[in-house]
Amino acid sequence: MNASFTANHILDIASLSEEDIFYILKLALNLKEILHRPIPKVPTLRGKLVALMFFEASTRTRLSFERAAKSLSADTLSFTARMSSVEKGETLLDTILNLESMGVDLFIIRHAMAGTPHFVAKHSRARVINAGDGFHAHPTQALLDMLTVYQKKKTLSGLKIAIIGDIKHSRVAHSNIVGFRKMGSEVYVAGPATMLPLEREALGARVCYRIETALDQADVVMALRVQKERHGRALLPSVREYAQEFGLNLKRLELAQKDCLLMHPGPVNWGVELAPELQNDPRNVILEQVENGVAVRMALLVALLGGNA
Amino acid sequence: MEEKVLMSGSEIDRALTRIAHQILERNRGSKNIALIGIRTGGVPLAERLQHKIREIEGVKVPLGILDISLYRDDWSLASSQPEVRSTEIPFPVDNLVIVLVDDVIFTGRTVRAALDALVDFGRPKKVELAVLVDRGHRELPIEPTYCGLTVTTLPNEHVTVRLKEISGVDQVVLERR
Amino acid sequence: MSLLLQGGRVIDPSQGIDAVLDILIENGQVKALGERLSGQGARKIDCHGLIITPGLIDMHVHLREPGEEWKETIATGTLAAAAGGFTAVACMPNTQPPNDNAEVTRFILKKASQEAFTRVYPIACITKGQKGTQLTEFGDLKRAGAVALSDDGRPVPDAFMMRLALEYAKNFGLPVISHAEELSLSQGGHVNEGLASATLGLKGIPAEGEAIAVFREIMLAKLTDAPVHIAHVSTKVAVEIIRWAKKQGIPVTAETAPHYFTLTEEAALGYNTYAKVNPPLRSAEDREAICQALSDGTIDAIATDHAPHSDLEKFIEFEQAAFGLVGLETALALALRLVNQGLLSLSRAIALLSTNPARILKIAGGSLRVGSPGDVTVIDLEKKWVPRKENLHSQGKNSPFLGWELQGQAVMTIVEGKITFSRM
Repeated sequence: MNASFTANHILDIASLSEEDIFYILKLALNLKEILHRPIPKVPTLRGKLVALMFFEASTRTRLSFERAAKSLSADTLSFTARMSSVEKGETLLDTILNLESMGVDLFIIRHAMAGTPHFVAKHSRARVINAGDGFHAHPTQALLDMLTVYQKKKTLSGLKIAIIGDIKHSRVAHSNIVGFRKMGSEVYVAGPATMLPLEREALGARVCYRIETALDQADVVMALRVQKERHGRALLPSVREYAQEFGLNLKRLELAQKDCLLMHPGPVNWGVELAPELQNDPRNVILEQVENGVAVRMALLVALLGGNA
Repeated sequence: MEEKVLMSGSEIDRALTRIAHQILERNRGSKNIALIGIRTGGVPLAERLQHKIREIEGVKVPLGILDISLYRDDWSLASSQPEVRSTEIPFPVDNLVIVLVDDVIFTGRTVRAALDALVDFGRPKKVELAVLVDRGHRELPIEPTYCGLTVTTLPNEHVTVRLKEISGVDQVVLERR
Repeated sequence: MSLLLQGGRVIDPSQGIDAVLDILIENGQVKALGERLSGQGARKIDCHGLIITPGLIDMHVHLREPGEEWKETIATGTLAAAAGGFTAVACMPNTQPPNDNAEVTRFILKKASQEAFTRVYPIACITKGQKGTQLTEFGDLKRAGAVALSDDGRPVPDAFMMRLALEYAKNFGLPVISHAEELSLSQGGHVNEGLASATLGLKGIPAEGEAIAVFREIMLAKLTDAPVHIAHVSTKVAVEIIRWAKKQGIPVTAETAPHYFTLTEEAALGYNTYAKVNPPLRSAEDREAICQALSDGTIDAIATDHAPHSDLEKFIEFEQAAFGLVGLETALALALRLVNQGLLSLSRAIALLSTNPARILKIAGGSLRVGSPGDVTVIDLEKKWVPRKENLHSQGKNSPFLGWELQGQAVMTIVEGKITFSRM
């Protein structure tokens, strides 16, 4: 492993190099063991202050970051708000600068508006990790997905990745398309066409209007959570039709490689995007994704706050 | 830069044979003993000690690897991100006699970090320390239980342990800068 | 007082002139144009090595007064215009309150007569409150001084309402300017649909939405045989439709803004709010088509769509940031870039910035014919300069061109025979 990590912030996958990504994945693999120790905590980031800024509801991502920060002995401040505090007459910039004055070393930001973590990174001296911004990016999710695939497949190149669901409005899909393509794999996306990007917006992913084309010989099958409404308009006639036409089940998975990985960023709507029969399927690695999420986030914290941070 | 050989390959081997005997003698056999090598130099030495103990007693004592970079007290002084490698302790440490193994003891800070790390894995019955070279200049009250060679060094002198597993040669040298 | 500009290269597309001539301005008018004029008693200005053109006219600016004076005022906006070489600006009606009645029009003109550095031509709303449901009083507005009609910032959503506007405007000879946008496709969008929307994860505004709206306006112009002017054309598809319409003899004219022929959607990458503008910056292919349309006559005018904002509107989350950028002070240099790249002749550039806007708005100016208003711009083609927040005169510093190395700048702006801005 070469110590070649140079990024100051984790804003999106596009701004990470292939070397950065491997650095993080390998560091995460080495740190994962800590979580299995009788006392799963190391003193590495003692005295560092991490602010969890969640402007949009999220349970698992916030908890995962909190777990990661605490097992590295960092202190955490938690901030949750429905929207930015603009309504109270305070701009986001004010909020950030105030927290910075309290000694925050790193902001973890989840926001419904794309680009907000970039905005904070531009105007703050602290480090920034994007925990999901609008429909833009969810880099830590993509990294934990890549870690899960890397661990199981021992490579990230030459694979066929199928992502099924609402691709157009998914920051997870967005970051995974960019990430897996960067690492040398092909990404196929399928789902209701009202939820698929046009060719000009697909970032190099292959857009399939038949789900079978995407699943055929796929090494990794990723299902996304279905949300029926976007921008106040129904993009789907019904959830029932979604399950029937685009839901994954044993039969549809037969098209993929025998040893394919079945993934989902969670939380799963069982019976909609995934049939309940897949709950205990050996190909299902959804819970391993969750554990890898903590490891990847630990790695990012160490990489950003270690050394001369 | 001047270099002076302090130990040859055979001298290293003799020292390790002696330490293996001392460990067994001090602990009345190999029962409840486990070796943990501190990355990087301590790992091949711990493996060699495991091998020697097996030659003497016919028992393969458990062997672990400890990476202490997450416990370093100079973490924020390092110029770039320190390399973090895996720690592998595939056995419960509770109630065992743990022999930490490292190549050189100098300030004692590495051993301090290793002791901190070790307690996160449980409560050993006793912790001992085996080193190939003690070059002095301690900054913490830590002393080795077993030592291959004690050498008095000046601040501008540096002890380098080269091992076949890492450098392709067995040699301990004193470098003067 | 009279002015004699001596030895400059006079470029006047209205008369097809490109020659080294003197020009005498007296009593606010062009008095004479010729070689070695005597101009007794006139203040003589040495213009050797400089370009002299009819005063530049920006037919699309937002002066923000009344109502948003923290962004810009008639005084600061026209100062920026004069600094950019403009002698006249036409200001859009989306103020607070909007210019949808003669009272507001008169207010603007009164303020302008007291404080402005350029001529100010108010454009009034097509519909009351720009709501798209009830026509404003075109006759009253015209009498108060409005020169054109537009709901700029918003399209007139209903095609029948737009038809009524085009028809009724014929009674008064008022040009109708369309902000062509299909709202149902653009709503919620922030950047061009394509590279920018995909990369930034923002809802896109498709080029085709502009084309749909442009096509509707053209069909309505055909139906009513009333002229329509398309504001800020940004796409290749819209250009193609306008080109086709002109070939059919449909009375359509069009403008574009410097940012559409200079930048692409890539300028917004990294969430640069200074490059957030509506219509959005488009693809490289669109940009090329705009340049082509400027040179072949499909697009008639360059207008800045100068839209000043303060950092309160721009120093925030990208999705909340206001659309718009300032353009008055960089427009000339950016148009000259096209000249230097060989895409436009100098004369064509001046036609786009002066003669044609005057013709479309049916206002005086755009010419140095004897008897024309004494509105003149003196340009140094060689002057290198860098726009910075500190050297922009506009209150709005929201320019995506800050830090650019530009070449060419107005060195003197003369309005009605008076020097309103000088770097000489």
